[in-house]
Amino acid sequence: MAKFEYAPAPESRAVVDLKPSYGLFINGEFTDSEGGSAFKSISPATEEVLAEVTEASPADVDRAVAAARRAFNGPWGRMSGADRGKYLFRIARILQERAREFAVLESLDNGKPIRESRDVDVPLAAAHFFYHAGWADKLEYAGLGAGARPHGVVGQVIPWNFPLLMLAWKIAPALATGNTVVIKPAETTPLSALLFAEVLQQADLPPGVVNIVTGAGPTGQAIVDHPDIDKLAFTGSTGVGKMIARSIAGTRKKATLELGGKAANIIFDDAPIDQAVEGIVNGIFFNQGHVCCAGSRLLVQESIADEVEKRLKRRLATLRVGDPLDKNTDVGAINSKAQLSRITELTDAGEAEGAERWDNGCPLPDKGFWFRPTVFTGVSQTHRIAQEEIFGPVLSVLTFRTPHEAVAKANNTPYGLSAGIWTEKGSRILWMADQLRAGVVWANTFNKFDPTSPFGGYKESGYGREGGKHGLAAYVTTESTR
Amino acid sequence: MPTTSQRTSQRADERLDVRKTYKLYIGGKFPRSESGRSYEVTDSRGRFLANASQGSRKDARDAVVAARGAFAGWAGATAYNRGQVLYRIAEVMEGRRAQFVAEVRASEGVTERRAETLVSAAIDRWVWYAGWSDKIAQVLGGLNPVAGPYFDISAPEPTGVVGILAPQRSSLLGLVSVIAPAIVSGNTTVVLTSELRPLPAITFSEALATSDVPGGVVNLITGRTAEVAPWIASHRDVNAIDLAGAAEADGVEWGDLELAAADNLKRVVRPAGEGADAVEPDWTADPDLSRIQAFLETKTVWHPKGR
Repeated sequence: MAKFEYAPAPESRAVVDLKPSYGLFINGEFTDSEGGSAFKSISPATEEVLAEVTEASPADVDRAVAAARRAFNGPWGRMSGADRGKYLFRIARILQERAREFAVLESLDNGKPIRESRDVDVPLAAAHFFYHAGWADKLEYAGLGAGARPHGVVGQVIPWNFPLLMLAWKIAPALATGNTVVIKPAETTPLSALLFAEVLQQADLPPGVVNIVTGAGPTGQAIVDHPDIDKLAFTGSTGVGKMIARSIAGTRKKATLELGGKAANIIFDDAPIDQAVEGIVNGIFFNQGHVCCAGSRLLVQESIADEVEKRLKRRLATLRVGDPLDKNTDVGAINSKAQLSRITELTDAGEAEGAERWDNGCPLPDKGFWFRPTVFTGVSQTHRIAQEEIFGPVLSVLTFRTPHEAVAKANNTPYGLSAGIWTEKGSRILWMADQLRAGVVWANTFNKFDPTSPFGGYKESGYGREGGKHGLAAYVTTESTR
Repeated sequence: MPTTSQRTSQRADERLDVRKTYKLYIGGKFPRSESGRSYEVTDSRGRFLANASQGSRKDARDAVVAARGAFAGWAGATAYNRGQVLYRIAEVMEGRRAQFVAEVRASEGVTERRAETLVSAAIDRWVWYAGWSDKIAQVLGGLNPVAGPYFDISAPEPTGVVGILAPQRSSLLGLVSVIAPAIVSGNTTVVLTSELRPLPAITFSEALATSDVPGGVVNLITGRTAEVAPWIASHRDVNAIDLAGAAEADGVEWGDLELAAADNLKRVVRPAGEGADAVEPDWTADPDLSRIQAFLETKTVWHPKGR
């Protein structure tokens, strides 16, 4: 029987009303830069310019920090937890009401499929505000330690892979605990943060409580180095995380870092293979593999390796790569030209080092940045594609014979963010979960997130947790940690 | 050495004491420093007390290897077992009480009564921390009510190998106050003792060797803090570092050590104090969970629910 073709099912862009250019959101209003320049945010799927945004200068960062300090010393610092919570509830509600607008904008600016921005990014962002709203007047029950109180002004720098969701992970706990914020979205995905500024205005959040400064590395560095920032929260690469840790060495600034990963997704021979294959696909091809906790190393037990490989490739052949706004799209655009080059370089290295390369051969659009879902087999532990974070839709397949070997291989990385286990044997799941040096272990599932569930890494995947009461701890000082 | 001539002029019927050359404590054994060096330890008034090994970079690296080797077993022991082992340390120290009092008195120049108080507090600190071993997970972990059909649980785990700069002034209570919270959860440690007051730490290593603490869980290196600390701070197989002993350590800037520690993103406990200053806190104050928490990771495990 002939296959039915999918008809295009694009989500309408009409819901998004973009301005041609955006200033910086400081002290509750959009302002022009002092000495900063402008840069363009493009759609990675079409290379079309979406809007012009401002590259904040150190003077702009200084203004933002001053506004945040005034708000901390003023209305926000004096406000009851109950009222802080009510602002967060308002923000959560507005996010839900404007969910479609945010989802379309996020897919436009980031390149991720609308199915994911609609069903994952935006609902989870709203959920984070709801969850933390409830904490704001209950902090004394969170077990944070004697004399827990907010740091003051928090500087936050977030990545481009989940722009709005990472913003929510950062801002919600900071505000719930009574801090004020200066946040910088990533330079390739600033637009949802700027739309979020409108949400803050709609919610009547007092001026200066959240300040949003757009820009690239130098703007981030200006935040990190600013003397009146008390605490930093960063999500991004391990390389930049180390730079931040060095920048604040010898100061009294606190930091939490959520960094890279090279997660092992481990498939035992008794796993339900079809479910495991779905888990593998979700693990590495979700969000084009632009996920710090992606299951980028598949460790499959030798006895079922051929069968898993066969079924995996059959499944990957059905993945639809293309227009992020099409509701049938499974894999969207690579976020930027720079990231595409990085993926291309590492996959070339994989071939050069002797791994066997396969991709699903699907057609790719002419314009924009694209990469076919790719699988490397015959990968050894020393290959760069088994060691370095690719941050793209590329899976490296290794095999193992015994649970001990699986553990040794899974832990053989400087990272320690996440891991996956697929087996029907409960005692093996629990034993493996104990042995894996990773902050999040998904057993018979993968890439699940929830505001109540602490997320963060071991080793060079960073320190501190986001989500749950553990995430609150990152935003307070206590008598013994001041 | 003036002390030697004083001693030789003592009364003829008084016995000539047997002097000990102190060694390091690495992997449950007492090796001399690989460097062959030693240094003179004096009491608070400058009178000769003993020769201690002057640990080197190689000794520190050997200690890290020993600590890494001991990690799986210690972290994998049951919390109940670790609690028993920590309590046993208190028992063994109680048996050497008089020796600890004499050495704390000599090292810190405090009165007999004050030394008694400090040794009691040090022993009691082990009892306090021993009781925490099987409570940490319940206090700091728990079930996460996620919005979906999943069982989702978070529990603390030890970070790994912890480097510790023991306090310079508080030779025993301070030492115990930084080691106990690191090992109670299953971490293993490489400890630089107080540079000028190492004697109570050396005696403590003898107590450890006759307790139930597995070799390699606590490794003690005497010597120059400024010489050895940078090698621990920059060591890629050390997961965390407690910089308490950077306060008042000769030639040590804690910021430099934190900078080196960033190379593999060590968890860093900064010394007490404001700004770039470092001060030694009052170790007699009641501890809380913060030092335990500093060397914990939270692991979250998800599993679907279904029929």
